[in-house]
Amino acid sequence: MEPVSFPPLSSIAICGGTHGNELTGVYLVREMQKQKVDKIGSVSISTVLSNPRAVDVCRRYTETDLNRCFTDALLSSPITDSTPYEVKRAQELNAQLGPKGSEKAVDMLIDLHNTTSNMGLCLIFYTVDYLNLQIFKYIQSKMPSVPVRAMQLEIPLSDAYSLDALGKHSFSIEVGPQPNGVLRADIFNIVKEAVDHTIAWLQEFNSGSTFEAGEVEAFTVVKSVDYPRDPVTGEISAAIHPQLQDNDFKLLKPGDPVFLSFSGETVKHEGEELYPLFVNECAYYEKKIAFHLAQKRTFKFPSIRMKKD
Amino acid sequence: MEVDELMCLPRLPRVAVCGGTHGNELSGVYLVRELLKVEKKAVEEEEEPVSVMIVLSNPRATQQCHRYVDTDLNRCFTHATLNGPISDTDPYEIIRSRELNALLGPKGSRQAVDLVCDLHNTTANMGMCFITYSDCDWICLHIFRHLQKEIPDIPMRFIHFDVSNKESYSLDSVGKHGFAMEIGPQPHGVVRSNIYTAMKGGVQHMLDWVRLFNSGAIFRGGFVDVFTMVKHIDYPRDSVTHNITAAIHPHLQDRDFCLLHPDDPLFQTFSGETLRYKGKEPLYPFFINECAYYEKGIALSLARKRRVMIPSIRVETEQEQQANHQQYSSEDEN
Repeated sequence: MEPVSFPPLSSIAICGGTHGNELTGVYLVREMQKQKVDKIGSVSISTVLSNPRAVDVCRRYTETDLNRCFTDALLSSPITDSTPYEVKRAQELNAQLGPKGSEKAVDMLIDLHNTTSNMGLCLIFYTVDYLNLQIFKYIQSKMPSVPVRAMQLEIPLSDAYSLDALGKHSFSIEVGPQPNGVLRADIFNIVKEAVDHTIAWLQEFNSGSTFEAGEVEAFTVVKSVDYPRDPVTGEISAAIHPQLQDNDFKLLKPGDPVFLSFSGETVKHEGEELYPLFVNECAYYEKKIAFHLAQKRTFKFPSIRMKKD
Repeated sequence: MEVDELMCLPRLPRVAVCGGTHGNELSGVYLVRELLKVEKKAVEEEEEPVSVMIVLSNPRATQQCHRYVDTDLNRCFTHATLNGPISDTDPYEIIRSRELNALLGPKGSRQAVDLVCDLHNTTANMGMCFITYSDCDWICLHIFRHLQKEIPDIPMRFIHFDVSNKESYSLDSVGKHGFAMEIGPQPHGVVRSNIYTAMKGGVQHMLDWVRLFNSGAIFRGGFVDVFTMVKHIDYPRDSVTHNITAAIHPHLQDRDFCLLHPDDPLFQTFSGETLRYKGKEPLYPFFINECAYYEKGIALSLARKRRVMIPSIRVETEQEQQANHQQYSSEDEN
């Protein structure tokens, strides 16, 4: 692959509290604001508490999920009295950190999340972006004692609905397991370290270093599976099976148990071999997702460095 | 009291199993729903030595999957709250606590159910715990011992809050006997199959014990380790915003019931500093990093452990019951 060069990455936004009860991001952003972190070497840093109202009440959202409000359609929808708070807030954030897809948008946006699933440290990308892949590889190499993985959702930019769609290059850092509304020190330390490594990489990049070509494995989501539900009440009638619980990223084969009903029956996986992710994520019960299923793919990337004028 | 002494106690004809007292503690919610489904089918069973009421305590909070709607239901069962003046603008949970008191109580009266088992989950790594107000309620202590024997692969502890009957505030205080069955770790809003199964087994064995007890079985006495709550410790907080300024230290996280010594790490600040336990007495921590307790100002609770001797027990026979009743009546006359 031919080496690729990119313009300097001089502005980064670190966002936490996009979901108000995912506390690592909330407290990391607050700490960075308390320490008045706004520039590290060549990189100027904005720290943003994305959904302050949801943070205040320690809920995922107040009216609608903020992290689904960044589609082109919602960002340009007219504001009325009945517009949900989060739709308005998304437009404010778009003005501050975007506009989405424009030259003025922040160079890099990192959105901090937690999950109740046992996903370790997971970077979430929407597009195959050589920069993101290089940073992923770098973080993996710097944090060998933590499971570091990447998940990819293939969505075109106009349909991209999450906060990280605002930055020119972006990803979410999703770390679990941590219950909503709880702050674990070990998870906080992991996220802080990942953010520090990202900023260190940006400085190296901006100083003109070349990062070698390579390849990484990442997981591309292909479908989602809902819980079995009562046909009348719509309530779930089974829990994630103990053999699947906490086994995110472990290959699921046909015949493997996936659910155990409340009356004791086992439901098995049917269909192709795939990798489960977001197994038993609290916020996904209402989105009708018990887990995602993904293929594991290898992504190659070229050597990259900063574009010199 | 001798270990060999046999204590005779009144029958337990009515038991209540309550779930969803906190609407986002899902093992109890789904277990109660499942038991209600099964109950519908088992209506024509032969005469049971015990009648079991299955109750979804806080339906509105359950429907929203929040701990509570207006106020914590499990703090609404003091005598003062239950019997206080009624108003149109009462919080939902106070109205509900009075309904539950009418259904399962009244608290303190002869009509109250004999045993309340209230199902809870915690984000803390507590395994299975019984939480009660008494360290000498032989019924609860024997049920606990029975479960320890029948479910040996789950760590089980007996926690005692030394609160007088007058001040007792939780749903389990409405019955003549009562305890909370608290199981963790489970995130709120999530049901973990292993936790659900443990709770289902716990309730089943509890009901089996009550049936055996009512049928005249003798339960041998012995010793139970009881953890009596001594104090709570709050997070360090910012004096202006009141936000927490540290998290439970990684060495303490998940180590519920592992003895905490003076100078052991307690908290880690967001800048990486370790804050240490300043108490003089080694104590047992529990409810370490319970989600719902951030707003109550509790990072962890601390307990003393002691060995309590419990007598052998069996149910009173009818003659013993009548003799006791006559004795109470003649006492009343005097």
